[in-house]
Amino acid sequence: MTMLGRLIDGVSVRVLILLGVLAVALLIAPLIAGDYLLTVLILILYFAYIGQAWNIMMGFAGQLSLGHALYVGLGAYTAAALYVHFGIGPWLGLLVAVPVAALAGAFIGFLAFRFKVGGVYFAILTIAVCEFARVGFDHLAWTRGSSGLFLPVSQYSGNDLWHLRGRPVMFYYILLAATALAFVGCRALLQSRIGYFWRAIREDEEAARSTGIDTFHYKMIAVVISASMTSFAGVIYAFYYNNLFPEQVFHISRSIEIILGPIVGGVGTLFGPILGAFVLTGLAEILNNVLAALGIDLPGAKQVFYGICLLFVIMALPDGVWPWLARRMGLSERSK
Amino acid sequence: MSTLLKVEGISKRFRGLLAVDRLSFEVPKGAIFAVIGPNGAGKTTLFNMIAGVYTPDGGTITFRGERIEGLTPDKVCRRGIGRTYQIVRPFPALSVEDNVIVGALLHRNGVVDARAHALDVLRRLDLYDKRAQLASSLTLPDRKRLEVARALATDPKLLLLDEVMAGLRPTETDRIVAILRELNRETGLTIVLIEHVMRAVMALAGQILVLNHGKPIAQGEPQAVVHDKAVIDSYLGAEALS
Ligand SMILES: Nc1ncnc2c1ncn2[C@@H]1O[C@H](COP(=O)(O)OP(=O)(O)OP(=O)(O)O)[C@@H](O)[C@H]1O
Ligand SMILES: [Mg+2]
Repeated sequence: MTMLGRLIDGVSVRVLILLGVLAVALLIAPLIAGDYLLTVLILILYFAYIGQAWNIMMGFAGQLSLGHALYVGLGAYTAAALYVHFGIGPWLGLLVAVPVAALAGAFIGFLAFRFKVGGVYFAILTIAVCEFARVGFDHLAWTRGSSGLFLPVSQYSGNDLWHLRGRPVMFYYILLAATALAFVGCRALLQSRIGYFWRAIREDEEAARSTGIDTFHYKMIAVVISASMTSFAGVIYAFYYNNLFPEQVFHISRSIEIILGPIVGGVGTLFGPILGAFVLTGLAEILNNVLAALGIDLPGAKQVFYGICLLFVIMALPDGVWPWLARRMGLSERSK
Repeated sequence: MSTLLKVEGISKRFRGLLAVDRLSFEVPKGAIFAVIGPNGAGKTTLFNMIAGVYTPDGGTITFRGERIEGLTPDKVCRRGIGRTYQIVRPFPALSVEDNVIVGALLHRNGVVDARAHALDVLRRLDLYDKRAQLASSLTLPDRKRLEVARALATDPKLLLLDEVMAGLRPTETDRIVAILRELNRETGLTIVLIEHVMRAVMALAGQILVLNHGKPIAQGEPQAVVHDKAVIDSYLGAEALS
């Protein structure tokens, strides 16, 4: 079978049509959307992409990370520092940023999996390392500590793709490409040998071991792939926002933000992280606008409403929105 | 016949309790070997030591001429020992087919090959028609068979079955007995089974080992073992003879 043949093997025509419509809609969206909507869409793609990366660890291999901001931050800071200090562009910076994040992931994985730190304790370890990084970067002079690292900005007429200096639409298409690649890549992973082993580990680690699976090895691969993918989003983050503060980048609320999308969309599914990003970011923006229109300006009102909506979604659809939607649309979905 | 599995003087202690006490036995290649004994005799503990879940406190386990005691469960499986759990543990959210593909992928790189092998195994175990169902939706007897299928798909030389007939109706028991006998005859697979269902044990086993309090109280041909006084007293009771 060809590569493409294998990827779409077993996918129903309806799903292919859905994917086609979604792809076309996202491709032409910037032509129609105004500046505001474009920034919202960028946010959505950003969370869809990272959600997909986080889902590899949690949804596929069953390892709960509550510290994914670590990999975003390491990617962002590495690429930004290389740019500020040495003028090294982001794409070359990736060659350093990704290995740095991968090493951090490998370090956490090694500690946890070698010394049998599982479940909740594993999740706490991921938080701890991320907090450690936050404090560390606060005091790291090379990245300007807590006063923040800034990338030089000016008004851009054109888009310099090589240096990632340009207008939001450029970032939109980069993130769209990354999200599409992540989607296809995750599908390929899930269908391969490693994907079967991951799911076996997620379902029952001891039974997986007695079926001959070297669980340490495959869990390590999951962490390293997830961390590497996430760090790419960090690089984009740095060059999109142009400023980095440890208190923001490594803050635990960042890690939580990352996992909400896939949880609301459907953990372990391929569409879940994308749908979840749309639902959550869309919800937040709608709330913003509604509250503004109503003239409600209470501090924290948005967070409270957001929390209530989230609670409702999770209570109504504990498996996530996608599995429910897929059933409603007659897309038989299992592990897709 | 050559020896496939050789257990020499293995013991396992859980805090105060000596679950397996200096146990030795040999299983010849191609044999069907049964381990019986009352609840808590140490049968599952014995399996867990062979399968690498526990490291014995003493003694050696030799499989195909190599020492395997203390190896991790995945390494033991790679060497050619498949096992099922007394309390079944299939991968619940995976389909029947995917459960078995996981096993088949141990010695196959391609998913296509693995699927073909998995489907063969499912046919053998009468689970082919249920291949698309989730493992969690199966009845207990089917789940037990699924575990056998998953273990078989790893191409073991030795299969350890922990009470796969428990809770089955007599017709279902007979069917499993037939399947196991066929496997043993056609593929030369060696089987060690823990079983309380004497009807199955008598129909299958060439050799029986009887454990009580972690120690062997009898071993030999089925007819001799079930007439052994110590076995009757401590485990079978007189009615088993009738
Ligand atoms: N992990 C453990 N920790 C402590 N004690 C254990 C453990 N596993 C087994 N035991 C004890 O060891 C003894 C042997 O248990 P084992 O499960 O091997 O018996 P068994 O022969 O398989 O019994 P059954 O027929 O009920 O399955 C029992 O007394 C049991 O309570
Ligand atoms: Mg037992």
